Amino acid sequence: MISRLGRLALAGLLLVLANPASAADAERSIVVASTTSTQDSGLFGYLLPIFKQKTGITVKVIAQGTGQALDTARRGDADVVFVHAKSQEEKFLAEGYGVKRYDVMYNDFVLIGPKSDPAGVKGKDIATALKTISRKAIPYVSRGDRSGTHTAELALWKRSGIDIASAKGAWYREIGQGMGAALNTANAMGAYVLSDRGTWISFQNKGDLDIVVEGDKNLFNQYGVMLVNPDKFPHVKKEDGQAFVDWVVSPDGQATIANYRINGQQLFFPDAEKGS
Amino acid sequence: MRAPSSDLPVVLENVSLLSGATPILDELNLTIAQGAPTLIVGPNGAGKTSLLRLCMGLVTPSSGRITWGGRPDPAPHRRAIVFQRPVMLRRSASANVAYALAQAGVPRKARATRIAGLLERVGLADLAQRPARHLSSGEQQRLALARALARDPELLLLDEPTASLDPAATRGVEEIIASAAQSGIKIVMASHDLGQVRRLAGEVIFLLRGRVHERESTRAFFDQPVTPEAASFLRGDLVI
Amino acid sequence: MPDHANAWDLIVSGDEALYAIVRLSLAVSLSAVALAAAIGMPLGAWLALTRFPGRQVAVVLLNAMMGLPPVVVGLAVYLLLSRAGPLGPMGLLFTPSAMAIAQTILIAPILAALTRQTIEDLWAEYRDELTAMHVGPLARMTTLLWDARFSLLTALLAGFGRAAAEVGAVMIVGGNIDGFTRTMTTAIALETSKGDLPLAMGLGLVLVAIVIAINAAVWGTRVWSERQVG
Repeated sequence: MISRLGRLALAGLLLVLANPASAADAERSIVVASTTSTQDSGLFGYLLPIFKQKTGITVKVIAQGTGQALDTARRGDADVVFVHAKSQEEKFLAEGYGVKRYDVMYNDFVLIGPKSDPAGVKGKDIATALKTISRKAIPYVSRGDRSGTHTAELALWKRSGIDIASAKGAWYREIGQGMGAALNTANAMGAYVLSDRGTWISFQNKGDLDIVVEGDKNLFNQYGVMLVNPDKFPHVKKEDGQAFVDWVVSPDGQATIANYRINGQQLFFPDAEKGS
Repeated sequence: MRAPSSDLPVVLENVSLLSGATPILDELNLTIAQGAPTLIVGPNGAGKTSLLRLCMGLVTPSSGRITWGGRPDPAPHRRAIVFQRPVMLRRSASANVAYALAQAGVPRKARATRIAGLLERVGLADLAQRPARHLSSGEQQRLALARALARDPELLLLDEPTASLDPAATRGVEEIIASAAQSGIKIVMASHDLGQVRRLAGEVIFLLRGRVHERESTRAFFDQPVTPEAASFLRGDLVI
Repeated sequence: MPDHANAWDLIVSGDEALYAIVRLSLAVSLSAVALAAAIGMPLGAWLALTRFPGRQVAVVLLNAMMGLPPVVVGLAVYLLLSRAGPLGPMGLLFTPSAMAIAQTILIAPILAALTRQTIEDLWAEYRDELTAMHVGPLARMTTLLWDARFSLLTALLAGFGRAAAEVGAVMIVGGNIDGFTRTMTTAIALETSKGDLPLAMGLGLVLVAIVIAINAAVWGTRVWSERQVG
């Protein structure tokens, strides 16, 4: 009887400790900490197989909000970060966790809301729209998770002259989750929400929601990529990580990004040659 | 095999067993030695089960001393017990016997022959592979006997082993006990069945309210009980 | 998995991604059950049979740990396995091994607590016989565990159910990496956040169907076995 139980347990132990990634050093892989927008929009699903085909490097993506992704890198649990909150990225760099920051691509944010537009903000500029929503206390869903989108949202409140920390009431719902979850919640609540266009286009549960504000120059959303500093974390896969960074900013990588479309619509616009 | 130190005689010196403040057994002085079967009789609550469990070493006395073969160590070397309702292990009949042999220290190679012999002795050879829990109560009791005999005991204690069995099964069990007694095993058995006592006993202990009221040969007990309580009991009265 | 897919179509067409996810979910949860059983069941049996000061406290704590929140276990394991943590150099974070470790921690208390109760109840029944047969402490444990095997099977199924159903721990320590650490539950969470609710629901039904099938298979085995050995 014991041998039966023992054999079962041994099998379990072996499965648990046999880490395929470390066992097969023949497979090259890196860990990229990125945002939910790059995952939920399907960009990485399109981009990474192409990268692997060209270089043989498997990219393992951990999709978290920008803030959480940078923290993951600060703990040394990622090789590359690919996020979209320049202020947080520059802080990361200044703290010595990154090697060099490159612009990669941009898209824009859009304000999403119910088709019935209870706040009456359709077509306005973002500052006016947010002021109105706050004044009329119309339900609004915030990411609330230190993501790139959340960071941008907070900056937009500030730009509209609203101190959201004191202005928020029951109408302002911070869910602490990713973009997809925020859109689901806004759909269910009939609320407004700030989203990046890429996630919005590929989102499949739009329900009664639609774009209410777009095109405002303040809604520009820049993505950046950095190799995590191997001086701080010697185990970082710096050659393969750098290969990824180099490729996404290369003409080839940039063209691939531009090629990613949903229903014929381009989601992300490469802008690496701008420099950082 | 373990070194065969003897468990006999079992000597109880001023042994009392208390349940809370109530004495179940009261200042017992008793010696159980080699010889003919000793049957213990008495009304319910007299303390028969407790006495047997004490002699087996399953329970320690609240006061007084027990020794087995002169030793106070309760570890059962050459004694075994059969309960009124035996607990069968969830495995075959022969596996149950194998288990008892293993626990008695019999090396693996020697077990197969012993198992066959024991099952034969208790008349269960045909049912060796049957799941023990699927046996009838009579068959289970015989299997319990096989397990007890597997320990090669000098002393075999039995607590009303046939109380729940039909007459045919009872006879089967009594035959095994009688043959065990014949082979030199000391039998100490509690019984409710006076007919059984007549059939099997060499001597009788009459227990009442935790005390030994009488102890004599079978014939003497039945023909000329010393105490009025024993006489009452033999008549079938409720002795309180 | 293709967008706008129908779960049934994926099953029928043998979609490689779906089958890989199912295989991973089963591998992680089944190995967690095996390891948790190896740790938890002897522990439960020992606790059932041993008396020591503070035993009641230990029993209460063990029972309480059956309710460990998966996300808290996930976080604790994450901090252990992170490069910044004590076991960082093992490189186990964001791997199936980490997920199995987290689930093992989650379900070992369940197996231990249920085993303790089962063995304690069985000991009450077996005590006299085993003491009379002079069965030593270790042999008592193994004998009772084996005799209780059918009841313990239910405990194993409870542990497996908990492991297969949870998403909090495996999401945090696994990272839901496409092709590596994506399980049924994390895939369902992902498809939900992409708004593909029909696919998410379909995957959910697939998961439930698999768990039911496993339970049915185990139960059938038990019924057949019981008929053999009583």
